[in-house]
Amino acid sequence: MRILNYGQAIAEATCQEMARDPSVFVYGVGVPTHAKIFGSIDGVIENFGADRCLDTPISEEAMTGFALGAAIKGMRPIHIHIRIDFLLLAMNSLVNMISSFTYGTGGRAKVPLVIRVIVGRGWGQGYQHSKSLHSYFAHIPGLKVILPTSPRDAKGLLTSAIRDDNPVIFLEHRWLYWGEEDVPEEPYTIPIGEGRIVREGKDITIVATSWMNAEAKKAAEILEKHGVDVEIVDPRTIAPLDEDIIVNSAAKTGHCIVADNDWSFSGFSAEIAAMTSERCFGRLKSPVTRIGFAHTPCPTVRTLENEFYPNAVSLIREVERKLDLPETDLAGEDFYSHERRFRGPF
Amino acid sequence: MNSLNPATMHLPEDKERNSVPDIPQDSRLSLYRRLKLIRRCEEYILRHYPENEMTTPMHMSMGQEAIPAAVCEALGDDCEAVTSYRSHATFLARTGSSSLFFGELYGREAGTADGKGGSMHLAALELGHFCSSAIVGAGFAVATGMAFANKRQKTGKIATVFFGDGAVDEGAFWESLNGASVMRLPVLFVLEDNGYAVNTPPRERYGFKSIEGVVRQFDCAFFADHSNDPESLYETAQAAAAAIRQTDGPAFIHARCCRYLEHVGIGDDVDTGYRTREELEAWRTRDAVETLRERLVNDQLGAQVDDIDRALEEEISTSVRAAMASPSPAHAKLFHGVFHENT
Repeated sequence: MRILNYGQAIAEATCQEMARDPSVFVYGVGVPTHAKIFGSIDGVIENFGADRCLDTPISEEAMTGFALGAAIKGMRPIHIHIRIDFLLLAMNSLVNMISSFTYGTGGRAKVPLVIRVIVGRGWGQGYQHSKSLHSYFAHIPGLKVILPTSPRDAKGLLTSAIRDDNPVIFLEHRWLYWGEEDVPEEPYTIPIGEGRIVREGKDITIVATSWMNAEAKKAAEILEKHGVDVEIVDPRTIAPLDEDIIVNSAAKTGHCIVADNDWSFSGFSAEIAAMTSERCFGRLKSPVTRIGFAHTPCPTVRTLENEFYPNAVSLIREVERKLDLPETDLAGEDFYSHERRFRGPF
Repeated sequence: MNSLNPATMHLPEDKERNSVPDIPQDSRLSLYRRLKLIRRCEEYILRHYPENEMTTPMHMSMGQEAIPAAVCEALGDDCEAVTSYRSHATFLARTGSSSLFFGELYGREAGTADGKGGSMHLAALELGHFCSSAIVGAGFAVATGMAFANKRQKTGKIATVFFGDGAVDEGAFWESLNGASVMRLPVLFVLEDNGYAVNTPPRERYGFKSIEGVVRQFDCAFFADHSNDPESLYETAQAAAAAIRQTDGPAFIHARCCRYLEHVGIGDDVDTGYRTREELEAWRTRDAVETLRERLVNDQLGAQVDDIDRALEEEISTSVRAAMASPSPAHAKLFHGVFHENT
């Protein structure tokens, strides 16, 4: 047993791949400075030097196009943004240039680059430090989109992303950094496009992305005490998507909730609802239900922020509604509070 | 010329030269070949575009051949080109491949991307033309990243981004010029200043006094050459490449030119009112292809020039025939190449 947290798992994958392949380098605004992107690049500058761990001007569009230029010349850039909201400044480079580059060469050109982006939440992150946006990127042909939940998945999927000859957006929820588990020390890959059954169950399926896996696990623990057996599916990568793992689970349980760490309207959860309805229409006992952010910008003040985000309680109530069960008394249950780990003031 | 007002018109200027040009004969002939290849390929387009077989919006290079031809001749295989949608001249100057060119314009498998790209997206990485983009200013950052790789890999190549005066308006221009300067990257910025962002002149778009003033504020070597003279531009490009190697940083060439035709399409737009017939004529009288041809003939190289002309005619008709004979991409190719298959 060797326990790593999420950031340590990412740092280990990065260092191992940089040792394996001299074309890999890490860069971004503030990247080599002391905070080390929440520890997720610990060891990079120490082991590989400033030549392979670069700071940049605050020029997101140019520095994203820079990744394309470096990649088509045989480098393997890893570009890091401390909040995904900043990546919106680079949409031209990403969506007009990077995503279609290989297609524009008849499939000949390799574009091996990784864009790591962190999704913020809590203690006043507000509406410009808390977006997730994975649906935006998954909408674009030519981009791969990964959002690993566990340290083990983070290491294996980042290794795959770095070795991939195509552009990959790698989303990391800030709260997942506190997750810890046993992570193999040797380098390993997890195929991009394979989901994972996080918890087996027979009564109802919850398809959860990113942080919503933590909420789904808590909901499943409580529901188990009341005789409800929840299956949790973490797609892990949404483009490409492991459709079969979702369809098989939904067909087995007959009930499906999509708990997406994003807005629901016109988003990834809508895609899953449509796909599941198309592929297991006759086997569903209830319509596919979606749970996501309130359709508002994310408020800063805590009382409203609590209303904005769905959580384990929203999931429990939705399961009960779908299975026609009475509302469980949740008094005495201990729900997650980020303030145990993430306190201000900043 | 005296009746023209340089304050409000876009006009050529002679470049002050310190000495008589001393360009090797082979280079002069090769430069002519590049110019003439571009001109003849585009004249083919003028004749055949109305047939509606080349279904791709054409942003013609005619009149702007001298700058890319000179830069590609001066830098040779070290030039790694990135362009805008006005890509024909650079693509042909750099790759020399009229067969890939017409294959792509006709939308055939003989093209650079099975016709998926067309005129605005010509690219042949293995031949030194890395990218053409339909988005104004999108090439700056790509060239900057390429330069980073070249520096790291010590290839000695020079990522060269060709762009118009309109692209200077984009944030990506300032971001990339700044990035290349502070990161000390071997990028050659080549401003092909044809005087108009579509139809709007710089005086209505620039809030600064001069390009030169702007660039000189950065840690970037600066060269101006508004002559449209291919041999002068060749020397300018050589000087810029030398500066890149000497300073271990970027260089910038500001070169004026004239787009003979409309912004997109093959028509003449002088009657639309944004520029005058006189201005256009001022440029046409110093047409780069004709100027160099006359000069070479006067220098007793007429026979070689005739040989080049003949060879190009044959080469272009062979390329066109091959393009027409090449199949349109099979329907299944729609899905091919979205991703590179890992090897």
